[in-house]
Amino acid sequence: MELELTVNGRRVREAVEPRLLLSDFLRHRLGLTGTHVGCEHGVCGACTVRIDGAAVRSCLVFAIQTQGCEVRTVEALAAGRPLSPLQEAFRRHHALQCGFCTSGILMAAEELLERGRPSRDEIVDLLSGHLCRCTGYEPIVDAIEEVAGA
Amino acid sequence: MKPPAFEYFAARSLDEALAALAEGGEDAKPIAGGQSLVPALNMRLVRPTRLVDIGRAGLNGIVRENGCLRVGATTTQRTLERSDDCPPLVRQALSHIGHVGTRNRGTVGGSIAHADGAAELCLCLVALGGTVVTDRREIPARAFFVTHYTTVLAAGELVTATLWPDRDQPAVFEELALRAGDYALSMVAVSGATVTVGAVTERPTVLGEVGDLLAGEPASEELAREAGALAASLVDPPGHAHASPAYLKHLTGVLVERALRKAWSSS
Repeated sequence: MELELTVNGRRVREAVEPRLLLSDFLRHRLGLTGTHVGCEHGVCGACTVRIDGAAVRSCLVFAIQTQGCEVRTVEALAAGRPLSPLQEAFRRHHALQCGFCTSGILMAAEELLERGRPSRDEIVDLLSGHLCRCTGYEPIVDAIEEVAGA
Repeated sequence: MKPPAFEYFAARSLDEALAALAEGGEDAKPIAGGQSLVPALNMRLVRPTRLVDIGRAGLNGIVRENGCLRVGATTTQRTLERSDDCPPLVRQALSHIGHVGTRNRGTVGGSIAHADGAAELCLCLVALGGTVVTDRREIPARAFFVTHYTTVLAAGELVTATLWPDRDQPAVFEELALRAGDYALSMVAVSGATVTVGAVTERPTVLGEVGDLLAGEPASEELAREAGALAASLVDPPGHAHASPAYLKHLTGVLVERALRKAWSSS
């Protein structure tokens, strides 16, 4: 089927099989491997991207369902700069170890931060949907909190 | 973890959706947010031959009408959660459903039609005495759920909306899950004197005997304890790897007690 959408500001047109997951479409068709694939059933949060602004799990969406949508992945965060303020904060706080969960967390945190100034509890609640097996959650909360307070 | 092949049809109206479902026969399934269906597809637990996407069929939106809130089937859980009109009980329950990322896409109608025995929205709709609206009829929520993943929906019948009646009694939702966002071990909704339990039953169940005990009685610590003990005696969960039947019964009693105390202290 013919799919047309915008990914990180770029118009994309591709023929896809209906069963192709958005996560696989981004990684294998567009080479956007910053979106990571963990559990493939919506539990780990590693594959989180934004569709029309909403942070969602790309392993639970078929690419064909994003017809005409605007998709934003971790590759778009820095947008010409070396790092975005949120990415800078992650670096400063050592908020990543292996980095597998990081891109999903960044995309979810970006949405949370756009909605207002989250409390520490709200940040923790958000992170309950993102599994970090290095278990380095405290610095992640610190980094997001710092940007929230900035 | 890749889904089997299927045919995909994006419906742009209810009529298109119904026609595509009818044409696809019993192996056609509607998909809305897909937050339960896509994991099941990825794990190949289900193999529909055709998916009819109703996400853009004009079935979303929240309107207030005749003493209730009408929530279009494809309204996302997140939209309802952030709506000023969201019933207080539902708002409490929504925060326990998956995570922000799944609520951003998961729909209210999808959760109801999926009818997981541990689904918070199904419990709330039963607790509030709401209604399921389909393309052909209105079904009281208390007559809608049959057992796990099973409802009275006929083949090809589509949930188009749910009706959530306004209740001016204090309402409290309580659940215990092993991890945030996981399925609850047990959950309880208290709305006035109506006590409804889920996850420990095969469908959301109003505990009428607890309601009878509470009716007209002044709130007290003893009454809460008595109601909790009665609730625990009325459920008969099978138990699983994480919790024994005795634990689940006890837990349900504790949640009922806790919910009643909260409801009374807020009234």
